[in-house]
Amino acid sequence: MSVQDKVIRIIAEQALLDPSDVSVDSTLESLGIDSLGLVESIFAIEEEFDISIPFNANEPTKSDFDISNVASIIAGIEALVAEQQG
Amino acid sequence: MKRVVITGAGTINALAQNVPDTLKAMAEGRCGIGPLVMQDVERLAVQIGAQVQGFEPERLFNRQQLSLFDRFTQFTLIAAREAVAQSGLSFSGELAARSGVVLGNSGGGMTTLDENYRSVYEEGKNRVHPFVVPKLMNNAAASHVSMEFNLKGPSFTVASACASSNHAMAQAFQMVHGGIAPVMVTGGSESMLCFGGVKAWEGLRVMSKDACRPFSANRNGMVQGEGAGIFVFEEYEHARARGAEILAEVAGFAMSSDAADIVMPSKQGAARAISGALRDAKLNREDVGYINAHGTGTAANDKTECAAVADAFGAHADRLMISSTKSMHGHLIGGTGAVELLACIMALRDGIIAPTIGYEEADPECALDVVPNEAREARVSAVLSNAFAFGGLNAVIALRKV
Repeated sequence: MSVQDKVIRIIAEQALLDPSDVSVDSTLESLGIDSLGLVESIFAIEEEFDISIPFNANEPTKSDFDISNVASIIAGIEALVAEQQG
Repeated sequence: MKRVVITGAGTINALAQNVPDTLKAMAEGRCGIGPLVMQDVERLAVQIGAQVQGFEPERLFNRQQLSLFDRFTQFTLIAAREAVAQSGLSFSGELAARSGVVLGNSGGGMTTLDENYRSVYEEGKNRVHPFVVPKLMNNAAASHVSMEFNLKGPSFTVASACASSNHAMAQAFQMVHGGIAPVMVTGGSESMLCFGGVKAWEGLRVMSKDACRPFSANRNGMVQGEGAGIFVFEEYEHARARGAEILAEVAGFAMSSDAADIVMPSKQGAARAISGALRDAKLNREDVGYINAHGTGTAANDKTECAAVADAFGAHADRLMISSTKSMHGHLIGGTGAVELLACIMALRDGIIAPTIGYEEADPECALDVVPNEAREARVSAVLSNAFAFGGLNAVIALRKV
């Protein structure tokens, strides 16, 4: 399973949706994922990929990790996987 | 001052998962204590407890809720649903704005703590689930009850070890009595039956390895239980105006502190709380027909409690009945007074006095009518419920038939 498929599976589970209903253009907001859901998704992603995501819920937009949509999250994870496991 | 009545009751405990079945079990003198089922149980010196069996939280809560609800919160919500449903109340507008929830609890989310300590210490993991804190905090149950039922008035959690529920219900009573709130959801819950919880209690050497036998000369300690008891306390005229069924009146309460020892109980402290509750409820000693004892089954508690009752009641101590239902549902620590209040309601409403089961041998230091082994039929019009906590914090509640 690719990084993209894994991330979509995690986000879909959080949003209580079928993975086919989550596209790379979707934003977390459009999927109905609130702040608690976001923190839980980040936890699940960290567990899945064994990485550490620099994310502070107090300053969600200031972190290097871009959560503006599913595509940016996937790109961020790919970079972190390469960096932390490379 | 306003009169306060109980218009709803709910529970889940080792005997049953609702009030009618719990009362039936108490009337039958059934024992909910058995072998503990948990991870690493073979490493425990104490391997018995009154666990809630056949409990399927997945059927009652969705995935998101389960990620936020520790076992003690789950128990609380199940009991609260039963209590609020029985009351027939729904909270909106002014009623919602003024009504609140005060619950007793001692350990908070011990299962959550235990599981996460295990994962970071034993398994060496460096990351825990993000909801550990909101899941384990002592007030989580009270907060989730407030959210589920739209209770927007005074809401908090009281922690006074084994007296937590009685202290909480005393607070709720006071709020309705004083006119702050028309309705309060109150009671308490506990879920300490996890490996770390039992291990900690083991250390104190007060736990029995075979049975809970309060007041019996061969008693050898307490047995832990788990669960919740939740009640709806309502202002009397408010309840009457809507034709609500009234289960009992909360007549009064008293609290005292031994100010003496962190674990050993004091006869004087207990007696002051008992006498204070009678005064607050404007009851004569002769009015009280039944006391639900703290009755933990430890050497120290039971003889001290009997001496305190003898002091507070004088000659009437020999005519009243006093039983410990902990022999059946175990000691629910911060939730215990709430589940035990059910036995008080049964005594007043149904005229059935729950027994002290496991009683085998008379103890001259506990020479009261402890209703040994079999329930008894008796008409009583006023009852007390005792709770005497570690730390010397005592809280006694008086109920009266309406």
